[in-house]
Amino acid sequence: MSFTIATTVDEALVALGAGARPIAGGTDLVVGARHGKAALPGDLVAIDRIDELGGVELDSAGVRVGALMSHAELMTDPVIVGSYTAIADASALVGSPSTRHVGTLGGNVMNGSPAMDTGAPLTVLGATAELRSVTGSRTVSLDELWAGPGRTTADLGELLVALHLPPAQDRCGSAYVRLEYRRAMEIAVVGAAAAVTLAADGTIASAAVALAAVAPTILSVDGVDQALVGCTPADAGPVVAALASEQAAPISDLRASDRYRRHCIGVMAKRAVDAAARRADGESIAVPVNRSLGIGAA
Amino acid sequence: MTTSYELDVNGVTYPVTADQGKNLLSVIRENVGLTGTKEGCDDCECGACMVLLDGQPVNSCSYLAVQAQGRQVTTIEGVMEGPEMHALQRNLLEAGGVQCGFCTPGMIMSAKALLERDEHPELDAVRIGLSGNLCRCTGYAKILAAVEATAVELNT
Repeated sequence: MSFTIATTVDEALVALGAGARPIAGGTDLVVGARHGKAALPGDLVAIDRIDELGGVELDSAGVRVGALMSHAELMTDPVIVGSYTAIADASALVGSPSTRHVGTLGGNVMNGSPAMDTGAPLTVLGATAELRSVTGSRTVSLDELWAGPGRTTADLGELLVALHLPPAQDRCGSAYVRLEYRRAMEIAVVGAAAAVTLAADGTIASAAVALAAVAPTILSVDGVDQALVGCTPADAGPVVAALASEQAAPISDLRASDRYRRHCIGVMAKRAVDAAARRADGESIAVPVNRSLGIGAA
Repeated sequence: MTTSYELDVNGVTYPVTADQGKNLLSVIRENVGLTGTKEGCDDCECGACMVLLDGQPVNSCSYLAVQAQGRQVTTIEGVMEGPEMHALQRNLLEAGGVQCGFCTPGMIMSAKALLERDEHPELDAVRIGLSGNLCRCTGYAKILAAVEATAVELNT
């Protein structure tokens, strides 16, 4: 049993290499342990004081978002709100103010919940994950990273250090919406993110949609780009709703039946595309879309 | 495994010897001996255990006490200003925003953090600021009124 506080990534990697598990805000790890979901790991390394894991930086390849960025930081960060708005929409819906202050993007991604709020936004925005270990680093797509509910393909010695986002395009907008039963301390019943780029004539030039809580991992909807290019945003709605509902593979649980989820994911996908297209067209829709457009719990 | 460390609670340094996995709530109540912070759901849902960590709200039931080393923990006992009640405490009493009182310490900690980051919160911002705190008695209206009255009082 050990508990160490790392102040550099290298210190954290040495601890991980020796078998420790990382802890940042602990909002999944500690709550999970208290539920009996998984015992608290015996050896822990606290990574929440590592400066190099924070921040949002513009670089030649786009934007580097540090894994320690909290949800509270992401929902107000000017770069994220300005150009990668779906991530801000999602971060603003996580838990409560306290969860958002200690909960991190890296934790949300590596916890691997199919209902994670930031996963679908990161997917439609083309994010990649930078993993580091004592032996080196590698960058993987999120599709490669997520292996199933609560599972990733990262090795035990690897630490997620950052998410990388490609440069923002002109006339591009994104949004994340979710079905929820209450406004706080909620988990998505289903959630949908969309990124839309508009052509000069107002039709869709490119689009991507990803879904939360309807499959074992975040589900990127196939065929969206082909189906929507050339459509007006209004015409795109029914098309994307049908694609999302067809491809969803939801389960029934305490919160919703599979049939209800399959229907509602189509509605959410349509609303996500609508909000993303409006943002792409220059309309200012405040973060989070759920509140601004009255989606979700009243 | 038992581990020893120091914890800064309300500006006082306390030596703590406790299990490594012990949560901040239990250490504050059992080791430090301050019982104003309440255990409600013990599940990171209700906010009765809210404390401030370097000024930001955190559910102490779901935060490891060892992880709070080197940070400033503020509990409800640290809110009084000398012998005087904090304006939030006084306004909650005056508005009748306290019935059984179990949620009150957590409400005050969340409200204090809110008013420190937003001096003039709109009603909706107050609702969001308190959205991690459940009250089963008063129906919230009086609690919201007390926080709004405090914001006005502190800024006039």
